[in-house]
This record gives sequence, structure tokens and C-alpha cells, in this order.
Amino acid sequence: MSLAPPTTDGRFGEFGGRFVPETLVPACAELEAAFTVAWADTTFRAELDRLLADYAGRPSPVTPCHRLSDELGLQLLLKREDLNHTGSHKINNVLGQALLARQMGKQRLVAETGAGQHGVATATAAALFGMSCVVYMGEVDMARQELNVFRMRLLGAEVRPAMSGSRTLKDAINEAMRDWVATVDDTHYCLGSVMGPHPYPWMVREFHTVIGTEARTQCANILPGDGLPDVVTACVGGGSNAIGIFSGFAGTRSELVGVEPAGGAAAGRGVPGVVHGSKSYLLQDEWGQVQEASSISAGLDYPGIGPEHAHLAATGAARYEQVTDAEVIEAFGLLARTEGIIPALEPAHALAWVSRARHELAGRSVLLNLSGRGDKDVAQMMEIMG
Amino acid sequence: MTDTLSVGVLETHLRATRASGRKLLVPYVTGGLGTDWLDIVRAVADAGADAIEIGIPFSDPVMDGPVIQAASERALRAGATPQSVLDSLRDHDSGVPLAVMTYYNIAFHMGLERFAHQLAGAGVVGAILPDAPLEEIGPWCAAADDAGVETILLAAPTAPDERLPRICDRSRGFVYAVGLLGVTGERSELAATATVIAARCRAVTDKPVLVGVGVSDASQAVEACTEADGVVVGSALMRIVLEGGGPEGAASFIGGIRAALDRA
Repeated sequence: MSLAPPTTDGRFGEFGGRFVPETLVPACAELEAAFTVAWADTTFRAELDRLLADYAGRPSPVTPCHRLSDELGLQLLLKREDLNHTGSHKINNVLGQALLARQMGKQRLVAETGAGQHGVATATAAALFGMSCVVYMGEVDMARQELNVFRMRLLGAEVRPAMSGSRTLKDAINEAMRDWVATVDDTHYCLGSVMGPHPYPWMVREFHTVIGTEARTQCANILPGDGLPDVVTACVGGGSNAIGIFSGFAGTRSELVGVEPAGGAAAGRGVPGVVHGSKSYLLQDEWGQVQEASSISAGLDYPGIGPEHAHLAATGAARYEQVTDAEVIEAFGLLARTEGIIPALEPAHALAWVSRARHELAGRSVLLNLSGRGDKDVAQMMEIMG
Repeated sequence: MTDTLSVGVLETHLRATRASGRKLLVPYVTGGLGTDWLDIVRAVADAGADAIEIGIPFSDPVMDGPVIQAASERALRAGATPQSVLDSLRDHDSGVPLAVMTYYNIAFHMGLERFAHQLAGAGVVGAILPDAPLEEIGPWCAAADDAGVETILLAAPTAPDERLPRICDRSRGFVYAVGLLGVTGERSELAATATVIAARCRAVTDKPVLVGVGVSDASQAVEACTEADGVVVGSALMRIVLEGGGPEGAASFIGGIRAALDRA
């Protein structure tokens, strides 16, 4: 069993929908139609699979962590999305969307980015397909992820600062949507997570199901018995890497655990609200003004969560935990020291939860989606860790 | 609700004004911006506005350009809330109908029925929620209809021919024809799309059709009104206010547009 498709009006339970300015409704409908056709088209699927293999380097391996497992008293497996081209899971989605954009005759991509991983992936796909690319990034994030800003420019993309509000991911999304409202005739909005208006939460999920599909098979070859991990865990900002790996284990006995930053815990502390195209859990004040998230990780610094995660949380199909920045810093160093893998700060959140919950998890098998590598975070961590 | 309310105060007023041969002028003022925002509302009413849009500021205004973003941010920093804006309006009479423009989450968070009744209680007769398109606006429309608040829908240049009549049918008060592909803000010229979308709307509805987004000065307003029944002017007015123009500056600007429309 896999995750169910949304309803025709883009709902996962009570969450989701298409809350966009009227100008964008036809473009969302066009995208939905194009994706529906493409996803059922064996030629499209074959071309995407070829790109994922020959260009992105899939399948990504599953690595059993012997030393860290011993230290934590559990069996830890890492799904190595950090080994993909561009250094994270984001490439799965952008290759799919770039192929779709080409089919729809759109030659320009706009994207938002937080940590820069989705921006780098989009800039990469644009270079590969010969498209022009504009990436919006919060001014604050541009400062803390300088290296990725340079990478995007090197790849031929224009990086525009989002100067309003908190000047982080939330504001970069606002700017990308404003761009799209003005350029929708020739531009595709390459949204980077399982959020936004229908069909994005569904489409982006589908492009990331490759993570869960591969991991399911790989676990079956590693784990005894039914071949299922006891727990599947991943970090959650918007939640694309989490939904990707959850998709391979939904409806099985594996327990699904999303891990949010304590300063951006939409599932943990949010209430239903509508922003950026869909209804979901959202951090907001008593009047419905969206609050600013606060996290060490630019990629998770977001006050909302993808609508399907809200649904999974509301129905209890997955649970959502929170970790502090201090726990994340500890986990970041732990994986480096014990396994020789420097994780991105985002998946270090999932690891921080595993480390904290080690007694609850004692003796159990845990599959963790290592959604990205830590190169981009090394400069920031050098300052923090000294 | 009574039949009198379901006819629509705003639409009745705008239809009657149009029938008198006058082009319709609807300025936009951000609620809670500065201590004199109600004076600005009164000033633009006296300068010839036929109705006024009051912005209830929202943290993430995706349909707005830099000027209205700045106005919203400044109002929010000064402590404006939906409640404070509506409370101010309750004791205010500018003599013209008022409609609020805000984003869906403001209404959703308060509760759609409660928000609709708060509007009615404050004497507001119309509402624009630009991030709730036709497919999502149903629950709000039900609440607004029940409270006697007219929901004004946006008609964008991207709307296919089959969609436009459905938007115009569901819209109350007037039809807000989006003048260009883009967010609110001043432009050096009126976009060619402005008169096209106005004409397309007028071909499928007899409700008043007003062009907004990118109508920046008197000559652009006159040009838009070659096809439209009127215009909404927001960013150009709010820039004057943000630059310290005050009620006098606002009145002078709106009065200039009024005179140009009346001359044309």
C-alpha cells in the first residue's frame, strides 16, 4: 500500500487545496493535467528514470551504520540521498519538473530556496535543459549559505534576494509566487517541497517516491524477517524528503516519524491555516498573521508543513517530533565522528531525535533518510562549533 | 438575511452611479497605516471616490507588490489587527460604501462566519480575498452572503472564456478585472491587457466592471475606462501616503483622477 492520491480538489483529508490568485488558477490546472498525463506515460517515466540513473546517480545506497548503531544501542540504516548529484534529494523533483516544463513549452524556471539545495538543484536542471532560471532566496539565508549562492550563479542562475518579512524561506516563496503571477505565460514555478497549491504537494511527492521505493527493496535485502525497518524517520520542513521515504512504507508496520525543528514545529505547535496555496498546520499569531520560524537550518526554517503531513499527523498515520538546535549540533558531529559522514543540518534533525529517543528505540531497526550532505553547512558550523 | 441585503448595497450603489453617467473610482487605503488613516479614507471619499477598499494587512500578501507590502508591514508593526481596523471603521462614516481587501487566512483564522459578521457589524459591505479563487471561495461566499457582505471576485487576463462567466456570475458588488499579469503596483503605462479583460468581462456580465492592478494615474484611469465602468487605484495612492502626503496629498491625487474621469 502506498500513500493515497489527493481528491480532485487537491485535498488530503481537510488539508491542501488551491489557494492562489485567480491569475494562477489556469496554470495550476494546466500543470495538473500535464503531470497526470506524463505520470501515466511510459515514455516520460523512462526518460525521467534514465536521467535519475545516468545524471543524478540513482539508486542511492542504504548504508548500515555499525559504529553509531553500537553507540546508540539500535540498528541504524541511512538512505543516502546525500550521495545524489547536487548533494541532496532535491534533484529527484527538479528533474521531473524540468521535464514537465519542457513538455509544456516553458523555457524559464523560477524557484524558492531556503538552504540553497533546491535552488542549486533547480539551477542544475535549468543548465541541463538549457532553460533560464531565477531563484529567490531570503536575504538572511543568502548570508548563511553563501556557498550555495555562488553555486547557483556558477550554474547560470540569477539569485534574487527576498527582502521582505523575515527574509527567509517563507518570504522567498512569496517572491517566487509574485514572479510567477507576472510571468506565468512562459515560466514554470519549480516549487521545491510537498507544499503550495494543488497539484504541487501530490506531484512533488510522486517525484520523490523513488526514495521510498528503492529503500523498501534495499531494506528487504538487509533486514531479517519481513524486511521492514521498525521505524522510518526523516526531517520535515515542508516535508518532501520525508514524504518520499514514507511513501515506501505507508500502510506497513513501520512507524513513520517526522522530525521538525523546535523553532518551526508546524505539526507540533501549529493550527490549521492557509498560506502559500494550501491549507495546513501553520505557526500564526492570534489574528492569523503567519509567524516567523526560527531554526539553525535554513532548509527547515519554515512556519508551515506540507498538507499531506498535516493529514498524516491529524490521522495518526505518522507522528512528528521536535528537536532543538543544540541537539542538532550534537547529532551533526556525532555522525561525522562515528561514521565518517557529514550530514546536512536538515537530516541531522532526524538523527538528533534518534539519538534522544535511543532508549525507546533500543534494539529496533531505524531507517533514516539522510536527505543531504553537510558541505554547505561546514562554514556555518565552523563558526558555531569553533 | 433579508431581501434588501441580498440585493447588495455596494452593487446597487455602483449600478446607480454608473447609470448616472459617471465612471466609478475606488481608491484603496491600508487600514491601520499611521494615525491618520481614517482621515485619508474621509479625504478620498470627499475627493470623489464612489466606494473605498480598506486593506486589512496580512503578513504574506502574495498578490501585492512592494508599495502595498511596505504599507502592510508598517501597519502591522504599528500594531494593526483585523479587530482594530474594523473597530475603527465601526465609528466611521465617510458617506461611501466600504469593502475590505485581505487574505483568506485572516478570515479563516477568525472563523468565516464570525469574520463576515464582524465586517457587517463594522458597516463594511464588500470583501475581496485575492488568494481564494472560484474553486475555494464557496464556504466564504456562503458566510458572506448570510451576513449581507458582497464578495468581489477577481477576473484575470489568464481566465479562459469558459471560466469568465462563472467568475462574473459569482461576483457581487462589482467584478474586479485584473489589469495585467502581475501583482499590485504602479506601471509607467496601462497594460494592453487592461482594456481587453474589461471588455471580455462586460461581454458576459452587466455588473459593474472595474479595472485594478497597474492603474497608476489619471490618464491610465481614463484609458482603462474606455472599456471599464471604473478603476481601483491602490499602490499609487499608498505611495503618496507612505511618502508622507497625508490626507491632503491623497485628496489631491484622487481628486485629479476624479476630474479626469469626469472630463473624459
